[in-house]
Amino acid sequence: MPDNDPNVLRHRLGAAAGQQARSEARDVRVVAFTLNGESVQVAAPAHWTLLEALRYRLGLIGTKQGCDKGDCGACTVRVDGEAVLSCLTLAVMAAGRRVETVEGLGVGRPHPLQRAFDDCGAAQCGFCTPGMLMSAAAMLDQARAAGRTLSRMEIAAGLGGNLCRCTGYVRILDAVEQAQRELGGGGER
Amino acid sequence: MSEFRVLGRHHRKIDAMDRMTGVERYTDDLTLPRMLHCKILRAPIAHGRILGIDTSAALAIPGVEAVITGADLPTPYGIIPWTPDEHALCFDKVRYVGDAVAAVAAVDEETANAAVAAIEVRYEKLPVLDDPHAALADHATLIHERRKPDGSLVTNNISKRVELSFGDLDAAFADAELVVEADYRFHGTTHTPIEPHCALAHADARGILTIWSATQVPHYLHRELAKVLGLPRNRIRVIQPALGGAFGGKSEPFDLEFCAALLSLRTGRPVKCLYTREEVFLAHRGRHPFDMHYRTAFDRDGTIRGVDARTVLDGGAYSSFGLVTTYYSGQLLCSPYRFGAYRFDSRRAYTNKPACGPKRGHGSVQPRFAIEVQLDKAAVALGIDPIELRRRNALTVGERTINEFAIGSYGFLDCLAEVERASGWTERRGKLPRGRGLGVAGSTYISGTNYCIYPTDLPQSGVQICLDRSGRVRVFSGTSDIGQGSSTMLAAVAAEELGVALEDVRVLAADTDLTPVDLGAYSSRITLMAGHACQRAAKDLAFKVRSAVATAWDCDRSDVVLAEGQAMRLSAPETAMPIAEAFVLAEVEFGTLGATGSYQTPREGVHGDYRGATIGASPAYSFTAHVAEVEVDEETGEVQVLQIWAAHDCGRALSPTLVKAQIEGSVYMGAAEAVMEHHHTMPSGLRADGKRRDPGPGVAGLLANSSLLDYRIPTALDTPDITAIIVEHPDPNGPYGAKEAGEGPLHPAIPAIANAIFDAVGVRIDALPITPEKVLAALRARTEAR
Repeated sequence: MPDNDPNVLRHRLGAAAGQQARSEARDVRVVAFTLNGESVQVAAPAHWTLLEALRYRLGLIGTKQGCDKGDCGACTVRVDGEAVLSCLTLAVMAAGRRVETVEGLGVGRPHPLQRAFDDCGAAQCGFCTPGMLMSAAAMLDQARAAGRTLSRMEIAAGLGGNLCRCTGYVRILDAVEQAQRELGGGGER
Repeated sequence: MSEFRVLGRHHRKIDAMDRMTGVERYTDDLTLPRMLHCKILRAPIAHGRILGIDTSAALAIPGVEAVITGADLPTPYGIIPWTPDEHALCFDKVRYVGDAVAAVAAVDEETANAAVAAIEVRYEKLPVLDDPHAALADHATLIHERRKPDGSLVTNNISKRVELSFGDLDAAFADAELVVEADYRFHGTTHTPIEPHCALAHADARGILTIWSATQVPHYLHRELAKVLGLPRNRIRVIQPALGGAFGGKSEPFDLEFCAALLSLRTGRPVKCLYTREEVFLAHRGRHPFDMHYRTAFDRDGTIRGVDARTVLDGGAYSSFGLVTTYYSGQLLCSPYRFGAYRFDSRRAYTNKPACGPKRGHGSVQPRFAIEVQLDKAAVALGIDPIELRRRNALTVGERTINEFAIGSYGFLDCLAEVERASGWTERRGKLPRGRGLGVAGSTYISGTNYCIYPTDLPQSGVQICLDRSGRVRVFSGTSDIGQGSSTMLAAVAAEELGVALEDVRVLAADTDLTPVDLGAYSSRITLMAGHACQRAAKDLAFKVRSAVATAWDCDRSDVVLAEGQAMRLSAPETAMPIAEAFVLAEVEFGTLGATGSYQTPREGVHGDYRGATIGASPAYSFTAHVAEVEVDEETGEVQVLQIWAAHDCGRALSPTLVKAQIEGSVYMGAAEAVMEHHHTMPSGLRADGKRRDPGPGVAGLLANSSLLDYRIPTALDTPDITAIIVEHPDPNGPYGAKEAGEGPLHPAIPAIANAIFDAVGVRIDALPITPEKVLAALRARTEAR
């Protein structure tokens, strides 16, 4: 069939986008930050996300990629204490900051959140769990600093950016409540 | 007082802490030296013939190591051996937006993406059939060009048709007090595990091809890889690493496994392929859209006299498990209620959309919605309490359903009683504030299928157990732990029989080189089948250990028990030794300690002998009842599912925490399908009458919501309160009486919600999903009719 036939489609995504990505790939930056309490330097292409730097350069595979566009929360890490999506954070943006991943949660022994998740059966496949733990840790720390004890509804809202497909969230909320009790709430609401 | 020491108690999952500390490796967490990255070029149109592919520009890019197309993988495959209609890369035609056309291996993902972008494909565009009724119409363009055994062309788009009839349906309807007749629509939904599909292939210097894949069926993948690649099975090893959710969405081979494998064979380097989230939506194999026309005849007392079901299944581009789905659409309906007569006619149509397949509750969630709403309508019409109407139609233990499935244990009545009690049904129903309502529904599901998907007399599951001198137990099993906890179940069975702590059992699962075959994590089969196999192997070893200890103590073997980390003498409990010493005694007497156990399903008396009688037959059936409470905003039409009480008869809960977790996850997923989720494509406008209506903007057949933002799955805030209740009616065919718990508890959520909406505001939404628009329209129609 000739190309001018209306039923013929010549399809090519186009090399332009690909070429651009490859030239960006050559622009490597060195970024220094604190990772789980230790100073690190990492060389990565300028357009790489923090998620890519953690997983592919630093070998910290505990942080998961579920959607790569900020929808699922599996890649959640803490930057200066705040829960952030590492797939929407450029690695260069971590420069000089304090980054914590699931590997840094609990020093020497499991964090109360990890113990509570284990005890309650809050992890099934476990793929969302690292992100869930990091969001929960940030939330509980902030509540404690503000002297507040979070209600179950507030915990559910705080985990609203972390999708879980296995549990129906029941045991996740149970676990965060249990960990909050163990960590000691900040006081009366 | 439990007769068990480990089973039936609270367990921590044996693999959870590694997952929670970032130590466990899922497929995408694996890297190998000199690993290449694979990307797949996908079709931009939903239906077309491939006229030519030019890969020269891609191959010219530095860092691109190989490019393959359909011509490189010409052998068709399919998870069901009778319907091999897929190619790893499209051979002649593309049949949905996203069909795989070419694959590249390059030094990094960016180069691979650039190479994919440089490939040029010429297509002849063909009419896009996105409506199953249009696809089934006379003279519709053929999506597959199939040949009959005599060589003639199959001139329709019917992927599978099943017509079965039981009892005298005409008589059942002729004398009926009430006939309820309605059309129901089940929209499509998909699995969306949080872990995208991923495969890593390594063709090594020894000539062994190893595939690590995020699959839930390593055994079937192993077979299909051998077939398509033309390699003997003993040169292929499939390993399933830790898996990040599946729900049926990873239960057959996908293009990425074949592509990574061939690219590794071609380049001699490891090749990884990781789906983007969009590709996960395209891979689909999710719940089929069903159009269902149901007629149900009742006696005055609510007895179901007859059910007549006509169903069109929207199958998408390929068969997948569709042959089974088409059977299940009718065969799994005949329980938990007794039907006086039954007929179903199910037709599965090919359409130009991502292929549908098995999603949690395969093939039976859709008809369950229809029948449970039918029962609710009958209860209202006859003035009978909906729970009471269901009770009146209950089966009995040992009964055969009208389609001749043998029911073992039957805890359905207790399930109904539990949700009736827990929800406050009797006290609260009819007395709730305006806009609130309660609805009930029941269901049944299989604990595995009686037959493997390919013909074989081999066992469905094998387990090997070895005992170590340190007191450890090693369990080798081909089972796939997809998060449901099957490895923990195996450990609990081994710990129970061998007297060790759960923590002292190591489970090595899902490695086709190292573990005995198990068919995989589908049809809720593992607890029953691998549980049996594990119990047998463990009992065999326990016999040896007890014998050796009895010799040492000079007592009878029956006087020795293994429990709580010790061997103990029943008649003299102060006589005991650590279990490791007992294992050592046994190893001295019998040599290295190992045993195998296997499981094959019962072959006699479990199903009829008509054509299709085996499909849907199971060694044991689970039962579930739900009560849902909803609140409907009559101003906006918005439905809030406030709470669901779910009681599930799992036979015996070997691990109650895991069973409850399965019930909760199932309820969540079902509730989401009722009111939130909808996997759908942009319309083509082509209808059954052959005419084309203006489809509006967009590429016909393009997925409309291929992200986790647009395909709305519930967050913690969207999920109703869930009360999971375990009901235990041990089944003679289950290990320790156990039946399934992973899929059955999903089914009733959807009709229970629909029935609760009627209870709340008096309108029926028979076409899912239940959106505010539909509720509002129904409320307005009701008001106008008054």
